[in-house]
Amino acid sequence: MEPIIKVERLAYSYPKRELVLYDVSFEVQKGEVLGIIGPNGAGKSTLCKSLNGLVPHFYGGKYGGRVVVAGMEVLKHTVAELSTKVGIVFQDPEEQMSGLALTVWEEVAFGLMMLGFPKEEIIRRVEEAIKQVGLEGFEKRSPFELSGGQQQRLAIATVLAVKPEVLVLDEPTAQLDPIGKFEVFSVIKRLAEEGSTIVVVEHEIEELATFADNILLLDQGRIKAYGPARDVLTQVEKLKSLGVDPPSVTELTYYLNKELGTSLEVPITLDEAIKIYSEAIGVS
Amino acid sequence: MADPIIKVVNLWYQYPDSDFWALRGVNLEIQRGELIALIGQNGGGKSTLAKNLNGLYKPTKGRVLVEGLDTKQVPTHEIVKRVGYVFQNPSHQIFESKVWDEVAYGPKNFGLDEEEIKERVEWALSLVGLQGYEDTHPYDLDYGKMKLLTVASVLAMKPDVLVLDEPTTGQDHKGRWILAELSKKLNREGFTIVTITHDMRYVAEVAKRTILIANGQILMDGPTRKVLTDIETLRKAAIKPPQVVQLAHALRDKGVEIDALTVREALEQFKKILKK
Repeated sequence: MEPIIKVERLAYSYPKRELVLYDVSFEVQKGEVLGIIGPNGAGKSTLCKSLNGLVPHFYGGKYGGRVVVAGMEVLKHTVAELSTKVGIVFQDPEEQMSGLALTVWEEVAFGLMMLGFPKEEIIRRVEEAIKQVGLEGFEKRSPFELSGGQQQRLAIATVLAVKPEVLVLDEPTAQLDPIGKFEVFSVIKRLAEEGSTIVVVEHEIEELATFADNILLLDQGRIKAYGPARDVLTQVEKLKSLGVDPPSVTELTYYLNKELGTSLEVPITLDEAIKIYSEAIGVS
Repeated sequence: MADPIIKVVNLWYQYPDSDFWALRGVNLEIQRGELIALIGQNGGGKSTLAKNLNGLYKPTKGRVLVEGLDTKQVPTHEIVKRVGYVFQNPSHQIFESKVWDEVAYGPKNFGLDEEEIKERVEWALSLVGLQGYEDTHPYDLDYGKMKLLTVASVLAMKPDVLVLDEPTTGQDHKGRWILAELSKKLNREGFTIVTITHDMRYVAEVAKRTILIANGQILMDGPTRKVLTDIETLRKAAIKPPQVVQLAHALRDKGVEIDALTVREALEQFKKILKK
């Protein structure tokens, strides 16, 4: 089957700058969740922006290789055309608000109005998107009265309403408190279970490990590891050498095996760890 | 015990034009040399409390004493000298066009002589590891270094207490480790440190004492080990303890004797358990 995202040998530099992406290639299948990890400055956000055409159409600069999303080659389509295929959510929820909508309902409807959808369709889609992020009951509230987690869910709803084929989330929980993080991760996990195609940049790797199918590790613009989440996250020494902390239970078990000479299965989630350790200690 | 460096007595706080009590009867003593984490959800009162500690806010009811000085009676600049506040967002704090000038700003305002200013700027930059960046424009620094710069600017005023407001938010893992190590180092240098944070791994690795705030009140206050392992109370405040604490908790329920806060501690204990 044709992948929904196909990135081939992408190289990119912002105008008058050094390259920030070198020879980046990967694919995302329909219904897949791809997690992107790596230190700040690795090129993660630039990579996100290359999926909806902001790179290079908005920023300019030098561009090599090819990005194809939902059958559209990014270089040959405008950001507006791509916006119906790729929805992107950024780190800071407040900065994404239109600032023009007085209510949550209007905020979600705003993009649809701009795209010229008929009224009944807008009403239907807004209702559905608000439900998908669990903001029912907040329709008449001002977006600026919401908590950080609620605002970020609203930002996701405005994107979902357009029904893009791919959802790109660039550090969606970085600015949130624990409740906010929990709310947003719950929404992402539900969308993933329902079959959405998602690309998500995250530093919260312990959370990412519970729902990502594949993980791509980026450092200084280059892919350092790419594959099934388990294969990437268990490369403990490589991750740590790049300043990326694997899940605590992964790190713990890796070093335990190394220092004790045991061969415990290396977990990437808490639930796996509880099972593995219970069995190893003989208390399950 | 010596006199506390900060004493908070039945502190109630209302923002101007609001009838909502952001703090409701907080009592707290901070001793010189402590390294404290303030945890809790946004809107619970962490930042409001912290800003009462440096005189930025004055109690609506109750008292805050900083080195014996009542923040309501002493001018704010006298309190700020003693309690430095590093804001969450570096760009809210940075306004000079060179790293050196940014750090020199506070000491200059104190009216110190050139020699002393130079000494303090060099000292502060070396503490945070930013020597060599003196002439750099602050906005040319990466986010992690920008944060270190804001810490240096506050250090240059030589406060006794340093309040760090979410130092690791928006940082990558490397940035988190650098700030964790810096907090410990500054504490060893004699600074009393109060860190507002959501980063439970930072809390486990760094803080000696942890205070949980919710709904304007202190819900828990004690040694970090005790607070982070009280999973029931943390759950009520919707806070997830570090992953190894959750693992240890689940295994304790099955009768395994383990009590670990950090990966390092868990590693040592599992070694003993699995060797048996």
